[in-house]
Amino acid sequence: MKIALFATCIVDAMYPRTARATVTILERLGHEVIFPAGQACCGQMHVNSGYFKEALPVVANHVAAFDTDDYDVAVAPSGSCVASVKHQHELVARRCGDAALEARAAVVGAKTYELSQLLTDVLGVTNAAEQLGSYFPHKVTYHPSCHGMRLLKLGDRQLNLLSSVAGIEMVELPEAEQCCGFGGTFSMKNADVSSAMNADKAANICGTGAELCSGGDASCLLHIGGGLSRQGSHVGTLHFAEILACTLDRPATVLGEVQLAGGKR
Amino acid sequence: MSNTFLGMPSLPVFGSGNLNATEPFPKAARRELANTQLRANLGHATATIRDKRLKVVAELPDWEDMRDSGSAIKDATMANLPALLEQFEANFTVRGGVIHWARDAQEANEIVTALIQATGESEVVKVKSMATQEIGLNEYLQEQGIAAYETDLAELIVQLDHDKPSHILVPAIHKNRSQIREIFLREMVDVDPGLSDDPARLAEAARKHLRKKFLSAKVAVSGANFGLAETGTLTVVESEGNGRMCLTLPETLITVMGIEKLLPSFTDLEVFMQLLPRSSTGERMNPYTSLWTGVTPGDGPQNVHLVMLDNGRTAALADKMGRTALNCIRCSACMNVCPVYERTGGHAYGSTYPGPIGAILSPLMTGITSEENNSLPYASSLCGACYDACPVKINIPEVLVHLRGEDVDSTRGKVKVPTQMDLMMKGAQWAFSSGSHLNLLEKGLPLGKLVAGRNKVIKKLPGIAAGWTQSRDIPAPPSQSFRQWWAKEHKPGSAVGPGTTTEGEQA
Repeated sequence: MKIALFATCIVDAMYPRTARATVTILERLGHEVIFPAGQACCGQMHVNSGYFKEALPVVANHVAAFDTDDYDVAVAPSGSCVASVKHQHELVARRCGDAALEARAAVVGAKTYELSQLLTDVLGVTNAAEQLGSYFPHKVTYHPSCHGMRLLKLGDRQLNLLSSVAGIEMVELPEAEQCCGFGGTFSMKNADVSSAMNADKAANICGTGAELCSGGDASCLLHIGGGLSRQGSHVGTLHFAEILACTLDRPATVLGEVQLAGGKR
Repeated sequence: MSNTFLGMPSLPVFGSGNLNATEPFPKAARRELANTQLRANLGHATATIRDKRLKVVAELPDWEDMRDSGSAIKDATMANLPALLEQFEANFTVRGGVIHWARDAQEANEIVTALIQATGESEVVKVKSMATQEIGLNEYLQEQGIAAYETDLAELIVQLDHDKPSHILVPAIHKNRSQIREIFLREMVDVDPGLSDDPARLAEAARKHLRKKFLSAKVAVSGANFGLAETGTLTVVESEGNGRMCLTLPETLITVMGIEKLLPSFTDLEVFMQLLPRSSTGERMNPYTSLWTGVTPGDGPQNVHLVMLDNGRTAALADKMGRTALNCIRCSACMNVCPVYERTGGHAYGSTYPGPIGAILSPLMTGITSEENNSLPYASSLCGACYDACPVKINIPEVLVHLRGEDVDSTRGKVKVPTQMDLMMKGAQWAFSSGSHLNLLEKGLPLGKLVAGRNKVIKKLPGIAAGWTQSRDIPAPPSQSFRQWWAKEHKPGSAVGPGTTTEGEQA
């Protein structure tokens, strides 16, 4: 299968290793990955902040980059960005009165999958240890992220994939379904409330005794990790794609700059 | 037709009364967040109701279908509201009730006052009602020399403490039992000085306090949960039975109801009598449901009035996207699951309607340009828990985003100096509307790494981003972006292709 990677702006600029892990996983399964070079961002920051007019060229750019027959499906390692592509792009086009863009956005949206959705529903991955050789001998807890959980209805797909990694010890996160408080510009406009939400999330994570908190959305992980770091915690955050890409032979390359308990970088 | 028909309002008439915040949400939230007792009380109470609700909702295999039905009935009501209002008026009137139409809070207060004054009374008992909170009726009556006594236990607590409600269903949710004991000891005449904070003892004290009022009151004021157009019937749903005392004992009953509270037919009630108690109190059925249709000679109140309140509802109805907020049945499930409400409490929202529904309803009713209410649509991380919990499937996150758009558009071009947010969004528009623009910017990533320094974190950002770094670090950015790495590894014609990319992973 020919798979177009939508890296998303945060992953592209801040967590390239998540996108590289995504490529690794897909190629390990024997698929061809392409990277449409025109891509930039899904525009959810603009939309969620009410800047529909400014969102329009961003949405148009994404649709133009992915509106081709060069690939079978598109994938992004981020629930909220996929939710934006699937649920917001048509709305933005409609609100701005661009019917042609609306129609093309619908086509692109239908072809776009979140990574765990693609792996589970399309590519038939049920056991990461067997099918991907995933090996990760660490104690990990998992935050499901609001958009993946509620808009995309991902259910336990990410958690099941993580649980099937060899050597991993998964521990349940209390109040996992509670928002971490990122919410894009919410974390700036309502910084106090956002900080309070993040503090509770961090306390729950630290209470599990896990070395790492995993999830499927780079922005939530950036937020949670930023709070943990400020508190001086040694608990790090890591995207589930990076854990799936880890093997016995290649542990460190995928970990990159993630800090595991013990301070190893 | 009614005695005091004031004419159908022209569109849009924005609401007044207790709908407006007096300060922006972030400022109010900051103050409330500092109240650790409030947070502890709220966290405990909302978690308890949340769990109860989940348990009873899970008992119904057709819960999702029920939500769809509730949503569809309400959508149909809003689409046909003018005709249904006329049908209701005709049926209510023919059975001996009197209808009054109120354009806004002021008109509604004046009508209720005149009706009370006509009875010669200066005291009224009250059934818990959001509509009368919204119009500030108690305060208005007090100015006219009329004392209004709340009879709902939680409303009574709030009233005795000269406080404001902070939750739709549990107005005193921000107070714990020892605080309530102190209020009773301080404010109730003839209270047992040895009163303990045992809930049963507190309830007993309230019962004794209210008994005298019930037996002497000649006038009662209520709200209504539903108005049934088909029969002209009004409904009040409650837990304590105090409402029923008010609805049956006095000679005059004055109800204030928002025009959106209608249901087309009597049988529609069966859907909402299942949705409402489970969503609000986590009970299968509420203990008391009172229904009354006009006047029954010799039984119950003989003077029955209804004030039909607009106060911004037609303005909300005129917003095609936002009108879904009028489907709200005031169950409060959204606030019990909202992480923002759980931490700030209801007072931070300013309006009578707090939480997620308040964040859309208040600005819809007052207009988004209303002072300070334009900060309410931003009081959400858009986590979506409210949409999942809403028994009538109001897509609150979608309306929040819609209202943010209305807010941004309303100031577009009017303000000479763009805000930092405007500039940030403009800059991001440029960066994100082309892959090559973003690539150009990403060439600056090593600079970020430099700023982060040896600790590999950024601890302080300027301007509006400063809020982020008040409690969070930003990791040092990588030396190169993914797209730069990809371009290097995947040069046209290069040997690197499928299956070999992992070779390039050496960091």
